[in-house]
Amino acid sequence: MALAGGVALAALLPVAYLAIRAGGGGWSAVADTLFLERTARLLARSLGLAAAVSGASAVIGVALAWLTVRCDLPGRRVWRVLVALPLAVPSYVAAFAFVSNVPDLAGFVPTFVVLTLLSYPYVFLPVAAVLEHVDPALEDAARSLGDGPLTAFRRVTLRQIRPAAATGSLLVCLYVLSDFGAVSILRFDSFTRVIYQSYQSSFDRRPAAILGCLLLVFTLGILVAEARTRGRARYYGGSRGARRQPSPVGLGRWRWPALAAPVVIVGLALAAPLGTALRWLAESVQASVDLGRIGRAGGATVVASGLGAAVTALGAVPVGLLAARSRSRLAGIIERSAFVGHALPGIVVALSLVFFTVRFMNPLYQRLPVLIFAYGVLFLPLAVSSVYGSALQAPPALDEVARSLGKRPIEVFRTITAPLIAPGVGAGAALVFLTCLKELPATLLLGPTGFETLATRVWSATQAGAYGDAALPALLLVAAGVLPTWALTRRGRTTAT
Amino acid sequence: MRRRLAGVALPLLLLAATLVACSDGADLTLYSGRAEFQVKPILEQFEKATGLKVSARYGASAELAAQIAEEGSGSRADVFWAQDAGALGSVDKLGLFGPVPQDVVSVVDRKYRAPADNWTGVSGRARVVVYDPRKVPAAELPASVFDLTQPKWKGRIAIAPTNGSFQSFVTAMLIAEGEPRTRSWLQGIKANDPRNYPSNDLIVKAANDGHVDLGLVNHYYLFQLQSEIGPDKTMARNHYTAGTDPGALVNVAGVGILKSSKKQADAARFVEYLLSEPAQRHFAEVNFEYPLRPGVPTAAGLPPLQAGQGPPINLGDLADLDHTLDLLRSTGLL
Repeated sequence: MALAGGVALAALLPVAYLAIRAGGGGWSAVADTLFLERTARLLARSLGLAAAVSGASAVIGVALAWLTVRCDLPGRRVWRVLVALPLAVPSYVAAFAFVSNVPDLAGFVPTFVVLTLLSYPYVFLPVAAVLEHVDPALEDAARSLGDGPLTAFRRVTLRQIRPAAATGSLLVCLYVLSDFGAVSILRFDSFTRVIYQSYQSSFDRRPAAILGCLLLVFTLGILVAEARTRGRARYYGGSRGARRQPSPVGLGRWRWPALAAPVVIVGLALAAPLGTALRWLAESVQASVDLGRIGRAGGATVVASGLGAAVTALGAVPVGLLAARSRSRLAGIIERSAFVGHALPGIVVALSLVFFTVRFMNPLYQRLPVLIFAYGVLFLPLAVSSVYGSALQAPPALDEVARSLGKRPIEVFRTITAPLIAPGVGAGAALVFLTCLKELPATLLLGPTGFETLATRVWSATQAGAYGDAALPALLLVAAGVLPTWALTRRGRTTAT
Repeated sequence: MRRRLAGVALPLLLLAATLVACSDGADLTLYSGRAEFQVKPILEQFEKATGLKVSARYGASAELAAQIAEEGSGSRADVFWAQDAGALGSVDKLGLFGPVPQDVVSVVDRKYRAPADNWTGVSGRARVVVYDPRKVPAAELPASVFDLTQPKWKGRIAIAPTNGSFQSFVTAMLIAEGEPRTRSWLQGIKANDPRNYPSNDLIVKAANDGHVDLGLVNHYYLFQLQSEIGPDKTMARNHYTAGTDPGALVNVAGVGILKSSKKQADAARFVEYLLSEPAQRHFAEVNFEYPLRPGVPTAAGLPPLQAGQGPPINLGDLADLDHTLDLLRSTGLL
């Protein structure tokens, strides 16, 4: 509990920063910013967008997870890796690629499409992990009682994956609230865009902070609402005997047509932006491919994202466990606090850490540890939700038995709990890794001077108008995501047999 | 499991340690809102000329300005080189810049530096109308951007409303011509169904490829395109609107020295170098920008800056974008 509380406090640093900045000039200024008709309108637009993208991502994520994990889709192992990769594509790259091909693209629909294409993996990954591990005994029971495969899926499996799908959608929702890249390029007037603009225009940090606080309030509302829907169901199996590898659902004559789903999605989310970048590379005579430098940036990306993933996943363990095991109000608050950083625009989190490090940990400012810490604050919920999901699947009776047999808590954790939640920790780490790969605002503000990642290379190429130069780092960015997703699918196979 | 974890974590930590270790040892730290390709060659020349080592942090000008503001007196930056005057003006407003020494800035026209010399422009760029001569004969070219609201331009104009340089230009119009005129201009442009692009260079490319007839951009994108695809394939041309037309705005990229810097003398040497002849030649010849040091020629094919070119405004005031963004939104352009 103390550990989890510490992690949650760290995650709440940006909130403290926003409070300090927003409260700096009296309440009348706060009221002036809040009670604008436009503020309300933009908030409504942002929430609408977030709801629509979450809904669509839930459908796509669950459908793809089912197709690639449980059905006899041709090449399903390859597809399982490919459909997770759009997560590594920065939203501004995808949006820019779309607009450069279709100049007048703007507004709700294109923003909705781009964000959905990039964020459904938040649902897909945890749901696929659960589908891989779920005890098929229940589904078998339903089948033996006369349900067809689809009915059994609807009545049994869908209930099993509901918590994973719900937290995944929650992550999508928070991500959409915080996204700036797609909404700015596709000119969708959203709340985050206003926060950025208030940094960019008057450079007055107060209105931005006040709006950030408002965003927080709504985030908390969403978090509370989501917690209400969780209910108290039991998700772990009876644990009598070993789990069996579920037999794949035969799609019959739909086997090949069903392939259209992953093909279209991966085509739009991965092939379109990367293809556009490659076309630029082919067209440009000036493109300078500095392989050594891109290689170094690739190394730095993998190191920073790897450390970010490791630290975040470790921090998520106490929080996720606590949330799954304890029903106390405090446990709920601690878990929900972990989600806050994900709904705030990256620039706000980065500036808050600039503020605190310069004042209280000056020697560490613009050093790698602070950047890793920033990744943790930004992406903690990705790991927490994943740990939480697998902790729900682990029967607490096992811990209790071990404790009653006289094992010390630390030993129980090492020998019983840790192996049970390891898949969740791994999945969470992979999710964080994929997201760290493309992180930009915190990396630019907090990375060591001269530190370059693939994402900053892509950004500086687009900034220079040298779009061809963005192709290679963008490709590598996605390629770097292959390994963890592939490891995830492997792990699923080995533990299931 | 644990051994495997150690196998991954150890090399990661070692790599991380080397990454942390190799970032030190600079004499000056520069926060650069300008792109690296524009900055790096100059840094190398400066290091060669003075023996001082500069380490640069790149970012977007506005974000770096916010970062400097948040760092306050604890800023790591000695010098801030921003892409536009607005970002410099905002840092100056917070009182974080110290004055650049007189003997360094005095070569620059007063118009292109801060009133109290807390920052100075180092290179300039002009707003232009890029056009496709196959679609728009020279006689038809608008004398002022205000002519672009005429119905004959319907469906023929391209803009980049999300781009900072377009927004600065509208801000300049707002300051010089007042709100009513700016609003009606924006409404007129909106009524002419402009094509919206995400960036200036894509507009120039579109004009060159015959997709749009004309577009509002900065002057140097055409030259960049020309050096990329060659002069025989470059069909588009730049058109300069006349006199004090807001369409003739000259904005600058410029620098300020942080008051908190403990390396004031070296920082001043750096600014001095940026205004020196070799650096100014570089801006002119490689970036196709306007040099701000008198006597340094502009690139071939680029008409030199006129004495009274552009609207009579204080460039530092371009920081105040709020009103502009409101206008752009309420007229439906943003």
